[in-house]
Amino acid sequence: MSTIIICKFIFPTEMKILVCITHVPDTTSKISFSEHNTKFDESGVQFIIGPYDDYALARAVELKESLGCTVTVLHVGEANSEPTIRKALAIGADDAIRINANPTDSMYVAKQIASVAKNGGYDLILTGRESIDYNSGVVHGIVGSLLDIPSVSPVMQLDIENNTAKLVREIEGGKEHLEMELPLVAGCQEPIAEWKIPNMRGIMTARSKPLQVVEPVDFTPGSETVSYENPPEKGSVKLIDPENAEELIDLLRNEAKVL
Amino acid sequence: MSILVFVECADGSIKKSSREAVSYAAEAGNLLGDHEVIAVVLGKYPEEELESLGSNGASKVILVDDERLNENQIRVYSDILSELVQSQAASLVVMSKSSFSDNVGGRIAGKTGASIVSNVTSLPDVSSGFSVNKSIFTGKAFATVSMSGDKKILLVKRNIVEIKESSDKALIEKRAVPDGCVFSEKITGKSKAEGDVLLDDAEIVVSGGRGLRGPENWGIIEDLARALGAAKGCSKPVSDLEWRPHHEHVGQTGVKVSPNLYIAIGISGAIQHLAGVNSSKVLVAINKDPDAPFFKAADYGIVGDAFEIVPRLTKKVKSL
Ligand SMILES: Cc1cc2nc3c(=O)[nH]c(=O)nc-3n(C[C@H](O)[C@H](O)[C@H](O)COP(=O)(O)OP(=O)(O)OC[C@H]3O[C@@H](n4cnc5c(N)ncnc54)[C@H](O)[C@@H]3O)c2cc1C
Repeated sequence: MSTIIICKFIFPTEMKILVCITHVPDTTSKISFSEHNTKFDESGVQFIIGPYDDYALARAVELKESLGCTVTVLHVGEANSEPTIRKALAIGADDAIRINANPTDSMYVAKQIASVAKNGGYDLILTGRESIDYNSGVVHGIVGSLLDIPSVSPVMQLDIENNTAKLVREIEGGKEHLEMELPLVAGCQEPIAEWKIPNMRGIMTARSKPLQVVEPVDFTPGSETVSYENPPEKGSVKLIDPENAEELIDLLRNEAKVL
Repeated sequence: MSILVFVECADGSIKKSSREAVSYAAEAGNLLGDHEVIAVVLGKYPEEELESLGSNGASKVILVDDERLNENQIRVYSDILSELVQSQAASLVVMSKSSFSDNVGGRIAGKTGASIVSNVTSLPDVSSGFSVNKSIFTGKAFATVSMSGDKKILLVKRNIVEIKESSDKALIEKRAVPDGCVFSEKITGKSKAEGDVLLDDAEIVVSGGRGLRGPENWGIIEDLARALGAAKGCSKPVSDLEWRPHHEHVGQTGVKVSPNLYIAIGISGAIQHLAGVNSSKVLVAINKDPDAPFFKAADYGIVGDAFEIVPRLTKKVKSL
């Protein structure tokens, strides 16, 4: 009892980090569609934690190691994404929440995240800067505004001092250093941390870490995908003899008309 | 009803990508009928510059000419725009897709309840309802998305419409920062490459990969980029090795570009690199390995040594 009180006194509130992850096709996947181009064809596709989310998770785990915070992983998705969630637990998250819904629209996903975050008391909510399937890059901002707290992306460096986040964001042509008060939503990208590979111990302990499944809040998405299409096949390359390399410039001017 | 366009400026002038967004809004306005195009500029900028948005199709510019807004302030920008969505009866908000506009677009959606689609690659189809095409899987596919709701936000990719030009000038209407806006971002430092063409705004990109062997060899990339008025890019290992700054990293996990011309020098053409460049109009690969995967994606190619070929190309461009 007394040690608990002392701990509470020295660390008045332990920081809580929520990391939102996506479950997406590996970057080398062949993208094809079925059912008359109305459905993404998952056959043979390997799923991974979104690469940007993986950076966010790695940084969260580093902060846990240096500051002693707790890291919760949140995923909006159906049961087939549980191996991806377990991987995040193996990398070092403490527990996980899966909101049992098909993540079809940015606003829908953000509403679900916000509904969990609202009463969770998280100091820091990390997402990737974008998912690599739908590439929208807007979930961090929507979550920030739904919770009425600041948000920022893409974040390349993130440190916490007292109640302040010291961070570096990428801007066009460079970067900017800034300070923002917590709570905060940050969309992460490299080089915020190095991707972490789960070790054997991580994989073993991940099996027994809590994974809570919650049902989604009601919300009708404002956008709906009606069909998919692959880009037209590229024609074959026109090779220019290196002896006459300069001819490339003439072709770009007169044939391709891009100079 | 109106269409609001969030206009971004860089180094005191309007970004080309934002002029394109205004032109997009004007065309969307024609399709929807009876919509005024209002450009929104946040920060202090020369008025002649802003009036010129009229030539791209805006009838009015709402200008919040407060010096504090010359810095990126995501929350304040979004709050001002959200208020304007209501007060200007906007049914559509258009902005050019960028890593900054992602922030602003997302927050406006959260605040106003608008539906939002990012990476839009077509004008809206309003023949039945409202739908747009968007790029997905980092350029490896496209989706047609139908949108509902009385307010919609579109983050539009480059090179979807031509920039409109005319002699029209937009009226400028000035506003103050509304009370109660919270400046959340305290900017303590900034480093920015001066005078470089921005990747997002570039018509031409010259990129170098690990084939260049080291940062000391980047002169040949810089010279060709300068001669072409191009932005510089690089592959991921090049920025991981810190040969080049991270903001030049192009690809799946870096900047996605869609210029008219992308020239890849000493880049093998890994699927993750191609993902960031595959919506370029014309792709050129220069690589000494005839089996480099980039040649499968390229429109034009030269099999040869970059150190020998690139200076010759630069010389040729300069002679034109
Ligand atoms: C999840 C994930 C995300 C990734 N995201 C990205 C990304 O966003 N962007 C990205 O670029 N990569 C990304 N990668 C890495 C990608 O897989 C490749 O490793 C990378 O693109 C290779 O970079 P490169 O072509 O510069 O180097 P290499 O593959 O080493 O190729 C160098 C090329 O230079 C050629 N060369 C050598 N010398 C010369 C010479 N003198 N003249 C001409 N040519 C020469 C060689 O023939 C070779 O083709 C990602 C990987 C993963 C797993």
